[in-house]
Amino acid sequence: MSKARLRILVADDNATDRLIMETLLKRQGHDVRTVLNGEEAVQSFAESRPDLVLMDVMMPVLDGISAARRMREMAGNELVPIIFLTSLNDARDLAACLEAGGDDFLSKPYNPVILQAKIKAFSRLRRLHGEMQRQQEYLVAEQQAAKSLFDRIAHRGVLNASNIRYLLSPMAIFNGDVLLAARQPGGDMLVLLGDFTGHGLPAAVGIMPLAEIFYGMVAKSFGLEAILREINQRLKAVLPSSVFCCATALHLNYRNRHIEIWAGGLPDGVIHCPQEGMCLPIPSRHLPLGILHPDSFRYEPQIVEMMPDAAVYLWSDGVVETTSPEGEMFGEERLLDLFTTARLGTDMFALITQRLREFGHLSDQSDDYSLVQIRPDQAVEAVASREQSVPGTRASRQIGDWSMEYELRVDSLRVSDPVPLLMHMLLQSPGLRKHGSVINTILSELYSNSLEHGILGLDSAMKNDADGFRRYYQLRAERLQTLTEASIRIRAEVMPIRGGGLLRLRVKDSGAGFDFASSAPEGQNPAYYGRGLTLLASLCRRVEYFPPGNEVLVEFSWREQGNEQRVLS
Amino acid sequence: MSITTSSSADGRELTIRVKGRFDFSTHQDFRNAYENAPAGLDAWIVDLRDATYLDSSALGMLLLLRDHAGGDGSRVRIVNCNPDVKKILAISNFEQLFTIQ
Repeated sequence: MSKARLRILVADDNATDRLIMETLLKRQGHDVRTVLNGEEAVQSFAESRPDLVLMDVMMPVLDGISAARRMREMAGNELVPIIFLTSLNDARDLAACLEAGGDDFLSKPYNPVILQAKIKAFSRLRRLHGEMQRQQEYLVAEQQAAKSLFDRIAHRGVLNASNIRYLLSPMAIFNGDVLLAARQPGGDMLVLLGDFTGHGLPAAVGIMPLAEIFYGMVAKSFGLEAILREINQRLKAVLPSSVFCCATALHLNYRNRHIEIWAGGLPDGVIHCPQEGMCLPIPSRHLPLGILHPDSFRYEPQIVEMMPDAAVYLWSDGVVETTSPEGEMFGEERLLDLFTTARLGTDMFALITQRLREFGHLSDQSDDYSLVQIRPDQAVEAVASREQSVPGTRASRQIGDWSMEYELRVDSLRVSDPVPLLMHMLLQSPGLRKHGSVINTILSELYSNSLEHGILGLDSAMKNDADGFRRYYQLRAERLQTLTEASIRIRAEVMPIRGGGLLRLRVKDSGAGFDFASSAPEGQNPAYYGRGLTLLASLCRRVEYFPPGNEVLVEFSWREQGNEQRVLS
Repeated sequence: MSITTSSSADGRELTIRVKGRFDFSTHQDFRNAYENAPAGLDAWIVDLRDATYLDSSALGMLLLLRDHAGGDGSRVRIVNCNPDVKKILAISNFEQLFTIQ
């Protein structure tokens, strides 16, 4: 085996010793540089880094131990073996040399066999060290790749919307924390905070399918249940059993003025309504995503009325686990206290981050937690004005000319929400795409009227107080469950008309109907109450009920001319 | 070693006891404990009386054990949980998968 040719620095104030060592080393095939004292040794070290340093302990100007210390500082993470040359025999003195920073020592008079053996041993050590550093570099490169992947995914959605404030741990990629937010074409917003088990690349891998499914399905108007079911199924199929995603997801439903929340595995969040003095917990009721078989997946959301000043707060367990220098954890109690004791008008998000920083003596850069605040944003409510100018790029002649009929019977009524699918089909018409928000409102209104009023016989008046709200949805679930025979038929037609396009929707349910012909205006006609007739009338150019009141027809038209599209109402 | 195992008299029940921090560092030992167990086991017990802390990788390990024990048809009990451990299991709703005492 060929010997490596090393560059060796020899420092000794004794000329004879220097010469002996130089000769020995050169005979073994190494490159040797010699110096007289510690100061020269440091200088030589700085000029050209040797592979090995052989240094006398007792030297004038600068002794060996001090020189060794300076060399270590210069070397940083690199390995530079330093062997002390010493005539000391006392074990304690020799030990002191090693403690002072030497890697080994060699006693005078020099034994060439021992010298050679030690040099070989140190060469091996250097090689191993080099390998370790290379592996370290690979790891860092891998983690940087994971981080850039993560950044691209995280910035796809609407996290920058005005109603979302968030702080995502800079260590998120390593913690598996992820925050996604997107808007349905109809205007509703969905948000998901997730925390994958694992660190680094294994955690980042799960973020990909999670984000792809979330963004893809929200864009197609799918609701929270369908999306979470799909995510759960994909993660279970793709990730190892020990990897799962704790998550809380919510749907800001502007049409129904409610917030729908599913929580599985994250610490309890909070819904804070300062004006009502209300602080509702959001308890985790479900298993995290990616654990359950699709058939066992449960969806039992918390549905809360969308109060005007409500704000939802979600956080990762890093918040609760923030530790003070004394070793105390911030804890859930302290966090909830902030909400219950805060004065009206306090910026809770800023307050929480401030308190966490103070508690953990953290700087901005070391926030190792994720926190998000979501407020229902009034500005993006799905309400169309009578005339809406939407600039287009050029006149679109693709109105479309088609019709379809879709009927749901009991089994489907119980579990499916046809609105996303129908929305998806309707928005295939380019002309309609620009009115997604309005179409969604119309379609959702018609469907829920048929289902909740026509078939289930529910009364919207119940939703007027917080308790009634809960009872309404409870009753809705119960009646849906016990339904034996029912159907809803939806017919959609799109066709060109002079100057633009027309969408005609006809919805018929198997219910008993209601007294639509009564002449009292909506506000005073209890039969109309909650059927949103005023809203429908403001969005559609025609709303007509047919006896016995279980069938309705609406027409929505839009104008296409030149570079502008106008809604005709 | 922070993982110890013991079998019941009739050999049909295996108890795995975890001491100290139940986290990623116990991964290999925990796996060995159930992978090297004799065949024909009816019931599995994870005794956490001396466990001080559970992190998400511990939850992951419990899921792996559950898979090994037969998945949905398995009988895995997690016993002697202190309040902190109980809380961690509760937040993740693990009582839907394991019997927790």
